[in-house]
Amino acid sequence: MKQTPQLLFKNRQPGRTVFLKGYEKTGGYQGLRKALKEMQPAEIRELVKASDLRGRGGAGFSTGVKWSFFPADKPGPKYLVCNCDEMEPGTYKDGELLQADPHQLIEGMIIAAYALQADTGYVFIRYAYRDQFSHLQRAVTEAAEAGYLGENILGSGFSFELHLHGSAGRYILGEETALLNGLEGKRPNPRSKPPFPAVRGLFGRPTTVNNVETLANIQHIVNGGAEWFKDLALTVDGSGTKLYGLSGHLEKTECFELPVGITLRNLIHDYGGGVWQGRQFKSCLPGGASTPFLTASDLDVQLDYQTLEEVGSRFGTGGVTVFDDRTCMVAVTLNLTRFFARESCGWCTPCRDGLPLVVWLLDKIDKGEGTMDDLQMLKDQYRNISGNSFCALAEGAMGPVDGLLRHFEQEIVDHIQKGHCPF
Amino acid sequence: MAELLTTDQIEQFKTQVAAIRHPRELVIDLLRAVQDNHGWVPDEGVELVGNVLGLTPLEVEEIATFYDKIYRRQVGRYPIHICDSVCCWSRGGEEIAAHLQQVLGIALGETTTDGLFTLLPTCCLGGCGRAPSIMIGRRFYGPLQNEDVDRILAELREEGTS
Repeated sequence: MKQTPQLLFKNRQPGRTVFLKGYEKTGGYQGLRKALKEMQPAEIRELVKASDLRGRGGAGFSTGVKWSFFPADKPGPKYLVCNCDEMEPGTYKDGELLQADPHQLIEGMIIAAYALQADTGYVFIRYAYRDQFSHLQRAVTEAAEAGYLGENILGSGFSFELHLHGSAGRYILGEETALLNGLEGKRPNPRSKPPFPAVRGLFGRPTTVNNVETLANIQHIVNGGAEWFKDLALTVDGSGTKLYGLSGHLEKTECFELPVGITLRNLIHDYGGGVWQGRQFKSCLPGGASTPFLTASDLDVQLDYQTLEEVGSRFGTGGVTVFDDRTCMVAVTLNLTRFFARESCGWCTPCRDGLPLVVWLLDKIDKGEGTMDDLQMLKDQYRNISGNSFCALAEGAMGPVDGLLRHFEQEIVDHIQKGHCPF
Repeated sequence: MAELLTTDQIEQFKTQVAAIRHPRELVIDLLRAVQDNHGWVPDEGVELVGNVLGLTPLEVEEIATFYDKIYRRQVGRYPIHICDSVCCWSRGGEEIAAHLQQVLGIALGETTTDGLFTLLPTCCLGGCGRAPSIMIGRRFYGPLQNEDVDRILAELREEGTS
C-alpha cells in the first residue's frame, strides 16, 4: 500500500497532543514565515485559488473563489471565523485534528487572515470538544508568546488577534450565518442571504467563515505550491488529501488522512478493516448524515466532489458511515430524520413542520403500519421540502430520504406489504 | 447550591464588558459560568447575566432556551447525555440507553431521586469512531458496553456521595 503524504496528521500520535515545540520541529510556522516575508496577500489568494482547495466542512465550495469575494482592501475591522461546530453525525475529523495538533489550525488561520487582511479571528468550538478547546487555548497562548499572533507578527507589520468561542450545543450553529449570530450573542437562527458574510458578516463587517480542515491546509499549500497540492489527489480534477472519519459497521472505525480520490472499496477494506463480523456491505453515507446513500454498486467510486455527484451523492465532510447487510434502511433514515427534525431551529415551515411529518411517516412504515399512500406522501414531502427551506438544514435532511427513495424503495414496499420490518 | 457567579467572576466579566466593543458576545460564556457554579441556570441566573451585559432577561432567555447544553431546569449532579445519532445507533446506542434507564430506574428527561443523575438524549457528540458513546457533564465516554456503564455509574456514585 503506497504511503500517503501526511500533511495534517503528520505529527499525530495516539493519545498525544503536539504543542509548539513539536510542531516547529517538523517545519511548523515555516509556511507563515514564507507567506509574511515573501508573498503579498493577493498572491496567497491566487495561490489558494490555483490549488483548487475546496471547503472541507461539507459544502465543498472553492476556498479561493470564496476568498475572492472578500473585500480585503476595505478599511476597518474584518473577520476570519473558523467553523469548528462539526456536529453532523458521522463527522469527527476536525476533533481528531485538534486533538492531535492544534497549531495546524492556528498557522493556517494566521496565513488566511494575512491573505484576507482580516485583523481579528474567532474559532467557534462545539460544546462537546472540551479537550480540543483547552488544547487550542494553550496553543494560542504559545503562538502569541512566540510572536506568531498579536501586533506586528514576525516584524511584518501585519497584526492579528485570535479568540476562542465555546458554544453550548445545537447542530444549526454549523450553518455559517447562524454561527455568526451565535458569536454575536444573538439567538442563532440563520440569516437571510444576501447580504453574504463577505459583505456583511460578524458585527456587520466583512467576514469569511472556513472549516478547520480547510484552514489547516493553507500553510501546506504555501509551502508546497498549487501543483504539488493538486497532485496529491488521485483524481484528475481533485486536489489535496482528506481526513476520512470511518464509523458504523466496520471493523476499525478510525480517522485517516488519505488522498482525495481514494476508492470507497479501498477505504473500507484497507483502512476500515472491512465490514464487521464478516458481513456484507449494504450501503453507506459517504460524507456525513446529509449525503445520500451509496450502494454496493458504488464501491469503486473515487471519493471526490465531482465523482460523488455523478453517482447522486456528495463528498460532504468525508465522514463515511457504513451499514451492513442486516441493516434496515428505513430505520436508518428514520434515525437520521429524527436528528434533523430535533435540530431544526424552527424558523421556517418546511423544516419545522415538514421534517416531523417525514419522521411520522417513516416511523409508521418502520413499524409495519404504513400504506402505499404513506409512501406517496413521503415522496410528496420530499418534493415539498427540497429547495423550499430558509437554510440548508432541511435540504440536507432530504439527502438520506432521497437516497432511500432512489435505492431502497422496494424495502419500503416490503415493510408495507409484510406489515412488519423485514429485518 | 453554590452562588451563581462569584464576586470575582462578576468583576472579571464587568472588566471585559468595558473593554470590548460588543459585550453581548459574552452571553454564552456567562451562562456557562453560571451553570458551572450552580449546576443549571435558574431565572435569577438569567437576570444576573442580563445585568452584567446590559440586556433584558428576555434577551438572555431567548438565547438560553435555544442551546440544549444550557440547562434551564434543574438537573442532577451528573447529567448524562446519551448520543442517539446514527453512528452510535448503528453500534448499540439504543441498548446503552435502555440499560441506563433500567439501572437508574428513570426515563429520558428524568432525574434520580438522590439527585445524582439526569438522563438526556443528545445528538452526535463527535465521537463517531468510538461508538456507542455518552457524555457525562463535559466528559466523553466511549465505546461502551453495559458493563462499562455499570462501572462508570458506580464510580460517580462513590464520588457523588462522599
